[in-house]
Amino acid sequence: MSIAATLSDRFWRQPRLLLALLLVPPLLWLGVIYIGSLLALLLQSFFSIDEFSGLIKYQLTLKTYGELFRPSNYDIIIRTTVMAALVTLASIAIAFPIAYYAARYAKGRMKVLFYVGVMLPLWSSYLVKVYAWKLILAKEGIITWAMTGLHLQWLLDAVLALPVIGGNSLSVSYIGTFIVFVYVWMPFMILPIQASLERVPATLIEASGDLGAEPGQTFRHVVFPLALPGIVAGSIFTFSLTLGDYIIPQIIGSSRLFIGQAVYAQQGTAGNVPLAAAFAVVPVLIMCLYLWGARRMGAFDAL
Amino acid sequence: MMIKKLLVATTALSLAGSNVAWADMMTALGAGEGQVDIVAWPGYIERGETDAAYDWVTKFEADTGCKVNVKTANTSDEMVALMNEGGFDLVTASGDASLRLIAGNRVQEINTALIPSWGNVDPRLQDAPWHTVDGKHYGTPYLWGPNVLMYNTDVFPEAPKSWSVVFEEQTLPDGASNKGRVQAYDGPIYIADAAMYLMTHKPELGITSPYELNEDQYKAALDLLRGQRQLVSRHWHDAYIQMDDFKNEGVVASGSWPFQVNVLESEGVKVASTIPEEGVTGWADTTMMQAGAAHPNCAYMWMEHTLSSNLQSDLAVWFGGNPVVPAACTDGSGMLDAAGCTANGMDIFDKVRFWTTPVSTCASQGECVPYYRWVSDYIAVIGGR
Repeated sequence: MSIAATLSDRFWRQPRLLLALLLVPPLLWLGVIYIGSLLALLLQSFFSIDEFSGLIKYQLTLKTYGELFRPSNYDIIIRTTVMAALVTLASIAIAFPIAYYAARYAKGRMKVLFYVGVMLPLWSSYLVKVYAWKLILAKEGIITWAMTGLHLQWLLDAVLALPVIGGNSLSVSYIGTFIVFVYVWMPFMILPIQASLERVPATLIEASGDLGAEPGQTFRHVVFPLALPGIVAGSIFTFSLTLGDYIIPQIIGSSRLFIGQAVYAQQGTAGNVPLAAAFAVVPVLIMCLYLWGARRMGAFDAL
Repeated sequence: MMIKKLLVATTALSLAGSNVAWADMMTALGAGEGQVDIVAWPGYIERGETDAAYDWVTKFEADTGCKVNVKTANTSDEMVALMNEGGFDLVTASGDASLRLIAGNRVQEINTALIPSWGNVDPRLQDAPWHTVDGKHYGTPYLWGPNVLMYNTDVFPEAPKSWSVVFEEQTLPDGASNKGRVQAYDGPIYIADAAMYLMTHKPELGITSPYELNEDQYKAALDLLRGQRQLVSRHWHDAYIQMDDFKNEGVVASGSWPFQVNVLESEGVKVASTIPEEGVTGWADTTMMQAGAAHPNCAYMWMEHTLSSNLQSDLAVWFGGNPVVPAACTDGSGMLDAAGCTANGMDIFDKVRFWTTPVSTCASQGECVPYYRWVSDYIAVIGGR
């Protein structure tokens, strides 16, 4: 009997053996490479850096976490979290009508057009898009040019004169960073919302209308709750991607650091790996809180 | 238990690391080992793949049989990290990394007697403090350059005389304020530029070296930078983004490298560079050899090769720096000529204060603010604190 046949017989008699063989490689990947590296990161964050020599002290301490609460570091965390929250809210506001139209009204070619329109930006390089935005938002870029042509320069100046979020030009202000974040993560919000809206049965909406509900009431009590899992799924993408990104704020914005850049600077420039690790743990904790909140809202009930 | 094992492992590793440092300086060269592994800045070691005219590796490999493997690193700190990991023979370290490498026993003393071209090295660089400690040489100079003041020639019909155009709010020759139109470097070492400015403008602080600052001097430099933050819309750290900012963002003056000036000028952008009266900071890179390098003979051969006039000449043109072998400016061995050397700042060596890692025990005043604090404080300054 050939080896293949022997193996085949053995697998038939002991199905668990086959199962184990199939599961061991992915579990090893998940356990060692994925979880393992996360644990190594977590461990690093409990070490500290010797202030005198700059070398890492391999003794467990909470000192590094304490440093996160220094005003300059705390600023970075707040700045990143607020940006992530605003980007998520704006993404929902923009993505919902688009997804609603694509899911309920667009038919045939129109639907294809919507899919392609949403997916197309994902096919080009992220860096190309960000650099393109740098030119669009630049002081001597397209927006300034168009606004000048429309005699709306005063409006742009008024927006840029706003405290904190304004700046010398769109490309060096928080507004610019915000616009680019919203643009880049938009498909990750539209697609889950669209998927969830497509699963809302049309009959329920009609029934709601038949029972005398206003369109607003139907939306609040029927459509929105049923679409919530999609919104939450999309918001997990936009929120976590914004929390972790370190390229957009580096190219567009006022040079003020976000968490990802702080990790890069502390690890790469300062050689302060413990502080970089502590910074990296922050988005993990924020996401845990976020997911816990989403669960409380019933976002995962449909899973 | 897991943690304990890891701790034991890391301790063992760090002990193993420090053992290597006791290896002695080489006294004689043997045959090549067939390869040499180098950590280098991007663009520093070219084998004709980017531009066929710039190749200083192929011939070396053919002559010595040492295959050159290059690992590029983008920051000084990446270089230090790679050298700490080990597995390389050489590194092209800047002055803000070299002393750290020496202090950490990551590099070994080199025997200049084994490098015939050592005598051709610019005498001003032979005993430079960023690679010479207690009279011991820890590497061969590779290339140096100044951090010049780049300015827009439309706005400044005459070159600005002082760095004050980027440090203090003022009306520029075109009648508008400099607010939002100047830039600063996005790296902690830039604190030294502020300190250098204060050496001229606040002599009462008694700063003797911009890299050796006591608490008061350091605080004054940070205050100057906080004021500058109000003028700067975005700090630069990527040469290409800075060039774009000069073209599209209305930036008219900034500290910069000859590299950006040369590229922008070649594109027809109206910029020029100058050395203000306060002087300039600069970088000077050194080829250093890892303690316990696996291919020491090939490493020595490479160091000798890097000091050849031909390589220095082409490298200086390619990267926009100055050769460490002065003959390369004039002997026509490569693409460089005397005008190119002058453009890159060859004649202002004495005005350049080269990047050095700030350490807590400093020569000029005993106790200085160390580099890791420069990092966290500069992050705070950029964040508006």
